[in-house]
Amino acid sequence: MSVIIDAIKRLFTHEGGSKEIAKERLKLVLIHDRTSISSEIMEQIKEEIIQVISKHLEIDKDGVEFSLEGEENSVALVANIPIKGLRRHKKKS
Amino acid sequence: MGKVIVVTSGKGGVGKTTAVANIGTALASLDQKVALVDADIGLRNLDVVLGLENRIVYDIVDVVEGRAKLKQALIKDKRFPSLYLLPAAQTRDKEAVSPEDMIGLCNKLREEFDFIIIDSPAGIERGFKNAVTPADMAIIVTTPEVSAVRDADRVIGLLEAMEKEDSKLIVNRVRSKLVDRGDMLSVDDVLEILSIELIGVIPEDEHIIISTNRGEPLVNNNTAPAGKSFMDIARRILGEDVPMNIYTDKDDLFTKFRRLFKWR
Repeated sequence: MSVIIDAIKRLFTHEGGSKEIAKERLKLVLIHDRTSISSEIMEQIKEEIIQVISKHLEIDKDGVEFSLEGEENSVALVANIPIKGLRRHKKKS
Repeated sequence: MGKVIVVTSGKGGVGKTTAVANIGTALASLDQKVALVDADIGLRNLDVVLGLENRIVYDIVDVVEGRAKLKQALIKDKRFPSLYLLPAAQTRDKEAVSPEDMIGLCNKLREEFDFIIIDSPAGIERGFKNAVTPADMAIIVTTPEVSAVRDADRVIGLLEAMEKEDSKLIVNRVRSKLVDRGDMLSVDDVLEILSIELIGVIPEDEHIIISTNRGEPLVNNNTAPAGKSFMDIARRILGEDVPMNIYTDKDDLFTKFRRLFKWR
């Protein structure tokens, strides 16, 4: 009986498409493998960028996200830095 | 002067040894004199796949350490008069042979043979370096899976660093039905990611399991899709321009009938 139910289920549920997931995961993992940037260096870059931006903006340091992302033939370092508030510069009057 | 080809992959279990055995027998059946070298010292398997496991007297380490002459260690395959196997040692490890030993060994084999095909062990350590160093050409075997393609990419990078310019790819165990339904990376997907030249596509084929059980190469079997694919690869190695076909197994009536009652 369960065999028949499975067969009916298979008829109505959409199989397929896991290849796109595989391809995306593969591309991402290869970006890291190929650039051979260690997580240590990534962490250092992150710290330094936080320092620079903190001079001018108040940011949520715990919410900072850093990642390497690939698009077609290029790789980008994507940083997501949440800003808490702008430090008000005193306007010269 | 013969040509030295290494078959490698990074990841284990993707079909290196099967590829070596079948490309070797295909080349031998095309009247080439072929020596197959098992570089997987400690985990030898090429002898079993070829069905020559009962004929080993001396192995590669015996030759390197001077206990046997190269000619004594080479096993002649009675089914293919121009096919020979140099087996790996089973009770030693990869350190027993150096890359320089392999260069020396292959240079001797070049004088006698048209093709020397080296079966590389999995991994990227000493055994890999032993297998790759003497090679003029590398064939990288992968399957359409994330882990295998990732390891293939790493190996391609290492080969480039070793200035091995001539590298080609085999995509093994392709299941056309899964590819059509979008549940398996296609050959084009793999090529796009690895950007390397393709030398052959091998479909998933149960004939491989049967022939490996028997210790018989598949190439004599004209109905096996994988056998035809390996024969095409051998022709491409010889410089022929063979169109890239992905052969499929046509189910006979009996198989179809049986499938019907197994719901698959």
